[in-house]
Amino acid sequence: MRRSGPIRDMIFGLGVFVLLALLYVLVDDAFVHDIIIKTCIFSIFALSLNLLIGYLGLVAFGHAAFFAAGAYVFGLFMQSEYVGPDSAWAIPFGVLLAMVGSAVLAAAIGAICIRAKAIYFSFLTLAFQMILYSAILAAVPITGGDQGLMGGFPKPVFLGIDLAEASHMYMFCAALAIIAALIMRQVVESPFGYVLRMLRDNPDRAAFLGLKVKLYQWITFVLAGTLASLAGVLQSLLDIGAFPEWAFWAKSAEPLFMILLGGMQTFLGPVLGAFIFEVLNAVVTAHTRYYGLVLGAVILFFALGLRRGLGDYIWQLVSDRREASGRADA
Amino acid sequence: MELAAFGECLTNSSCLIFQTVGGLKIGMLLFLVASGLTLIFGVLGVINFAHGSFYMLGAYFAYTTLAVTDSFTLAVIAGALGAGVVGILFERGFISRVYQSNVLVQLLVCYAFILILDDLVILIWGEEFLSSLGAPEVFRVPPLFVAGAVVPPFHLFLIGASIAVALGLWLIMARTRFGKIVRAAAQNPQMVSALGINTTLIYAGVFALGSLLAGLGGALAASERSISSGMGFSIVIESFIVTVIGGMGSIAGAFVAAILIGLARSFGAIGFPLFTDGLMFMVMCLVLILRPQGLFGRAES
Repeated sequence: MRRSGPIRDMIFGLGVFVLLALLYVLVDDAFVHDIIIKTCIFSIFALSLNLLIGYLGLVAFGHAAFFAAGAYVFGLFMQSEYVGPDSAWAIPFGVLLAMVGSAVLAAAIGAICIRAKAIYFSFLTLAFQMILYSAILAAVPITGGDQGLMGGFPKPVFLGIDLAEASHMYMFCAALAIIAALIMRQVVESPFGYVLRMLRDNPDRAAFLGLKVKLYQWITFVLAGTLASLAGVLQSLLDIGAFPEWAFWAKSAEPLFMILLGGMQTFLGPVLGAFIFEVLNAVVTAHTRYYGLVLGAVILFFALGLRRGLGDYIWQLVSDRREASGRADA
Repeated sequence: MELAAFGECLTNSSCLIFQTVGGLKIGMLLFLVASGLTLIFGVLGVINFAHGSFYMLGAYFAYTTLAVTDSFTLAVIAGALGAGVVGILFERGFISRVYQSNVLVQLLVCYAFILILDDLVILIWGEEFLSSLGAPEVFRVPPLFVAGAVVPPFHLFLIGASIAVALGLWLIMARTRFGKIVRAAAQNPQMVSALGINTTLIYAGVFALGSLLAGLGGALAASERSISSGMGFSIVIESFIVTVIGGMGSIAGAFVAAILIGLARSFGAIGFPLFTDGLMFMVMCLVLILRPQGLFGRAES
């Protein structure tokens, strides 16, 4: 496999940002902008989950816990008395606070979950997520219970960025998604990332070689949880609130679809999946009430028909062709 | 937290009996659904996330049958059998194709079915909640009074019927040829297949039985719970709790765990109404951490 350097990745990321900015200017359509913003948010969510599923082989089924934790910590902080309309530091600090808070939560949950094997790991992550969900519903005075965090919050301008402005919000989400993706890309292409693949393919051998399997798994779990919380923060900024459904188990299924749709072997597969999911969501809900019927059929097509994500499928086609032409040259 | 009310109920015989009967009723209905889930997992090794949808189908089938025939018995039978038939179609057409795949693919196929069935139900029966079926004519009698507690005979019937099903299930698994083959297939499907037994048929049969139990649970529950698409969402997650606590694949474990959850729900509604669910998930966590195979599970399977 070809290694691509960080410099190349950064240039690629910058290119994508310029393209997205151009798209905003050229296509003046709120519908399109909305799809891009949501794709950015869910790219972070799905990519972070794919660190666990695709690279580490751990089927985490409670990833939305961190999405919700990020959203609620951020939302609660922004609604707190410390934040006024002129607190220029509020949003950057809130983002940081939400990520640190979720990292602590992921560290605690991860330390317990990675001790469980296979399906028990999935169930434990699910159970912890549902505890959080129940706690959010029960703590009515703080979280607003099943109504969610209501009442909105201010979005103070910082560094000239005014997130109340649609264009600023768009660029902000695009930039953060690209930065998060770049970080994850560097992680999976580093020696650390190759250890993760080894743990997935042959954990016994890795342990035999003296690698601390659980430690690697735990660090990845915390990283994935922390980045998922960033997605939650952006969602909270978008909806100016936070809702308990974000912590419900069905929310954890969404990034799983995206990974399935886009593919888990190709790094950008989940991004493609997030895009397909959001386009599907926007287009289908605009035309029919029976969204689940269509989405279900699409999932069945990918799971039973194509048997892999679109990104993996395309990548396979490209590398097959490359191999064939290489053979022809020789 | 309303610990005062909780303590008061524990010391008051009428409240105690009332809540116990209520808890047993909830627990036994839950057992019907969860036993199907644990049976399917035990034999097929598949986690059927779509199990709640069969519960929902059971309720809808029962609703329509009652409207047409006006017979509660027929409604319950139709609910159970209908869900069983859809279960066979689901197993043959879809789930059997992913037995060899990883958990993720199985999970997504199941989730696709939840989405599809929820929408199909809306397409057929409409979006509004349907009102519950109500108790059959025979049970529309004044309630019994036990030590000052109101005990509706219909609740006793629901509990009794579920216990009868549990016993029947135990007899089938422990005493019949089918049960023996199923238990053998759970242990070593290759060997069973080599002995000339059609494992495909056994798998389809077990899946049908599992869905039938979910449908039966749904049909009986519909007698007093309102019916809606999406009603499977919460029951499937509760069934998971029961399955995990009791031990995945253990029917006896599911029975005990379902009673525990039912009682916890009933009494929790008095003591800590908002956090009953959270408490159940905490117990599930504790079991997974301390004894992953569950209370009644085999140590390593």
